[in-house]
Amino acid sequence: MGKTFSEKILSQKAGQDVKAGEVVTVSPDFILSHDNAAAIIQEFKKLGLKKVKSPHKIVIILDHVVPASTEKYALNHKNIREFVSEQTIKNFFDINCGICHQVFSEKGFALPGKLILGSDSHTTTYGAFGAFAAGIGRSEVASFWATDKIWLRVPETIKIEIKGKLPPGIYAKDVILKIIGDEGADRANYRAVEFFGEAAKNFSLASRMVVANMAAEMGAKNSYFVPDEETISFLKERKKDEFQIITSDDKASYEAIIPIDISSIEPQVACPHTVDNVKPVSDVEGVKFHQALLGTCTNGRLEDLEVAARILKGNKIHPRVRVLVIPASSETYLLALREGIIDVFLESGCVILNPGCGPCLGAHQGILAPGEIALSTANRNFRGRMGSKDSEIFLASPATVVASSIKGEITDPRKFL
Amino acid sequence: MKKGRVWKYGDNINTDVIFPGKYTYSILDPDEMARHALEDLDPDFARKVKPGDIIVAGRNFGCGSSREQAATCLKYAGVQAVVAKSFARIFFRNAINQGLSVLQSEEAVENIENGQEIEIDFSQGKIKTEKGVYDFPPFPESVLGILEAGGLIPYTKKKLKRGKKEE
Repeated sequence: MGKTFSEKILSQKAGQDVKAGEVVTVSPDFILSHDNAAAIIQEFKKLGLKKVKSPHKIVIILDHVVPASTEKYALNHKNIREFVSEQTIKNFFDINCGICHQVFSEKGFALPGKLILGSDSHTTTYGAFGAFAAGIGRSEVASFWATDKIWLRVPETIKIEIKGKLPPGIYAKDVILKIIGDEGADRANYRAVEFFGEAAKNFSLASRMVVANMAAEMGAKNSYFVPDEETISFLKERKKDEFQIITSDDKASYEAIIPIDISSIEPQVACPHTVDNVKPVSDVEGVKFHQALLGTCTNGRLEDLEVAARILKGNKIHPRVRVLVIPASSETYLLALREGIIDVFLESGCVILNPGCGPCLGAHQGILAPGEIALSTANRNFRGRMGSKDSEIFLASPATVVASSIKGEITDPRKFL
Repeated sequence: MKKGRVWKYGDNINTDVIFPGKYTYSILDPDEMARHALEDLDPDFARKVKPGDIIVAGRNFGCGSSREQAATCLKYAGVQAVVAKSFARIFFRNAINQGLSVLQSEEAVENIENGQEIEIDFSQGKIKTEKGVYDFPPFPESVLGILEAGGLIPYTKKKLKRGKKEE
């Protein structure tokens, strides 16, 4: 019988033949942390070791609260910088780089066939590159820094076949929201999700990252796309290591195969306060809101900014709405600047913030007051996430977010195409 | 083994309502974390919880962020265990790594009411309630080792020490 991608890569890493359900002890290729490295350092110090075991595997990217908004955050960042220098951790990216998942990808760590773990739930993003990438907690990262090892359960795999062609005005974000809405927030808990089908194959790398990122919102341990030519050429000048493409066998055993036809879906919106509370845009049209967020590790890439700018060009943001735009990385920012996209945002009345997580997790840069409603391109809309527990968050594609920002209420972006 | 008062909640209790994101990078002291436990779900909880209390919840408890404080804040609030129909995977790992017992039993959850006193027998794998006794799957040995050591950091520390002696 054949093996799934996850069974193959974990067998290879464990040095023994394993199948879904077994537990392996493995040594990952890269391990990511961000501002929470400050807490990880605290845990690591409790272990009484002077040096981390494999500094070259550690990647730290500051993004959650950059630049530091309070003295406490500033101290966290300072402690991280000192630790990184003491331990000669070369793969450190300070506050001027961008969101960890975008920077990790741009800097060539997200590679096909690599085992990557990160103390961030959206580490699943690197499945877009054909890597095995999963989120873990802080203690585990500290323990890994000391031992170079971690235990993982080999996940069962769900195969999702995305059939059909994307209609105009519909994007990868709508597709993954539709899947999460249909299948529920825990459908893929503990499981790997592999994306196949005509549409998955045709998705750009940026779109694949949207889907792989949000697989976390259906509980997935890791996600997977078969690397294509665009992926390989993106990595050509960036890759930090040699890599090999690993794919599932034809006769791999899947726990479930879920088909979805996207040729006639509407734009989708996740309504408060769960990501699986998904409705077609026509059901929520007319909902007024106060703040829009275009950015985050889900939808802050150049492709997203381009779509948004095409809709915004020549239009003004509704006077009741504040639109925050956060390019996912400094590289994205620069490319957008050169394309003239940043001009469009400024002319239409948006606020441009520096690359980072921004207000997505409610730490700074645009916190919601009680009674306020946000429309965001992020991946999570849990109660209180962006500020007051009496605020609300709707999630949608960049097109829906900016079209709605012009109108001042949730609207179908296809009217603006 | 001791009795604990039940705090019962529904499905999909996420990490943002267990421990709000705005505190995740500013609070590093576990006792201070405990004072914000379940803040956006049940503002009474942190004030009224007593050592040994038990959280009982529906499906997918702890979904969302990888923030380990969601487990830490409950442990330091004195919660002896979380019983749920199912757990989100990162929370499940984090709870064990913090030495917080996480028990899965759909049947027990169906039959436990908020405010009841229930008893957990870890060695026998049983949850004893007014209505009956329910089994939960035992932990594998490796996981039990981490729980018994009080979490992954003390566990790793012990292992590193042992490793040095053997050298």
